[in-house]
Amino acid sequence: MSFGFFNYWVFIILLMIGLYTVMSRSNLVKKMIGLSLFQISVFLFYISMGKISGGTAPIVVDGPLDTAAPIYSNPLPHVLILTAIVVGIATTALGLSLVVRIRESFGTIDEEEILEMKDGA
Amino acid sequence: MLLLIAGTMSVLFVRNLFVATMLLGIVSFIMALIFISLDAVDVAFTEAAVGAGISTVLYIGTLALVGSQEKDQPKFAAGPLVICLAVGAVLYYATYEMPRFGEANNPVHTHVAPRYINDSPTEIGVPNMVTSVLASYRGYDTFGETTVIFAAGIGVLLILRQRRRRKNEDDETDVPLDEGKTGRSGSLTGLGSQHDLIPHVIAKLLIPFIFVFALYVQFHGDYGPGGGFQAGVIFAAGIILYALVFSLDYARSVVSERAILFLISAGVLLYGGVGVVSMMLGGNFLDYNVLASDPVAGQHLGILLVELGVGITVTAAMLAIFYAFVGRADLIAAKAEQEEN
Repeated sequence: MSFGFFNYWVFIILLMIGLYTVMSRSNLVKKMIGLSLFQISVFLFYISMGKISGGTAPIVVDGPLDTAAPIYSNPLPHVLILTAIVVGIATTALGLSLVVRIRESFGTIDEEEILEMKDGA
Repeated sequence: MLLLIAGTMSVLFVRNLFVATMLLGIVSFIMALIFISLDAVDVAFTEAAVGAGISTVLYIGTLALVGSQEKDQPKFAAGPLVICLAVGAVLYYATYEMPRFGEANNPVHTHVAPRYINDSPTEIGVPNMVTSVLASYRGYDTFGETTVIFAAGIGVLLILRQRRRRKNEDDETDVPLDEGKTGRSGSLTGLGSQHDLIPHVIAKLLIPFIFVFALYVQFHGDYGPGGGFQAGVIFAAGIILYALVFSLDYARSVVSERAILFLISAGVLLYGGVGVVSMMLGGNFLDYNVLASDPVAGQHLGILLVELGVGITVTAAMLAIFYAFVGRADLIAAKAEQEEN
């Protein structure tokens, strides 16, 4: 199957875009957005690993089963990513609040401008 | 998938940060749909509520404080691009060592997962395996993550609620947060316009259902997709909607900041308390088997309580973060007004 690695490739592309955003943009909010993209790509990677073809969501089916034993996808990556998403938003909020404070102290959220100020002072 | 790539590329190239935030929300939502197709219903649930909901609100709250236009700069940065391409190439090469997507005998599926899948229905008695792994088998992890959320909420409060000392005025060094009342220009508190009838009516209709749904997600997480994390976020979203459409003061009168501070720690304490109680009853920390007469009922009770603790902490932390951002805008507006006078 030629699409065997397709999800992984999408993950790599997303990860590269996120990394590039973090490194190339000097605006701090844009950097946070880049970090979020990076994070999302890693989530995709984990969930892709947990998938089993022909499987179903890992919730036990009650009642009569038409197949002998349903195949469940791996619940473990789901658990890890589930908590990672919520922790991710909490840490993103922490980062954004730092951005707000930087804006109040320096009057700008552009990294290069802040560095220039520091050199001038 | 290709839509996803297009979305992220446009996030990268759009100059206006406001548009970038909206696009990020769309990307999150597409990602949630992909998660559903990959059988991760719980994760999709969370991603839709957090990525497309709360994080967009937070980014907009930040943009309201810092301005939304990105400075023009050269579009092409060679150094980072080279590094990115190098990283991408290495990872691309590594994919050929990866097991094929979707095969049942991949290494991921042969370690502890079979035990979770085969034994959790009889050991825990909870149909949703994600919930049972989350709250019981990996209860320590989840406890740690709840604590991280608690710490992040406290951290945001510390950073943003710190009262600013004004340089030119000596006596009144503090601006109490409560002074941020409605109606100041530029204040986010006045965001809920008093005159827009349609959002008011629709919000009034929707909010009760959002709360009922959150409670359903909270307490039905054992059987269907859902659980404390999702319910907490949905609950917080309902209150944030209320604060946006009406005004922050109304929301504050429903859930005061003091109550939030109390709840944010109560959730963690409830989680830890369940662990301590199970120790006192002779089990290990967070070993729910001893909580009731038979192990399965004990597991049920333990998971229910623990998820409740998670839900309370997540709700309170999200609200604390939201209040902190909005309260900050009030503080700045109040300060500007005082300087004018």
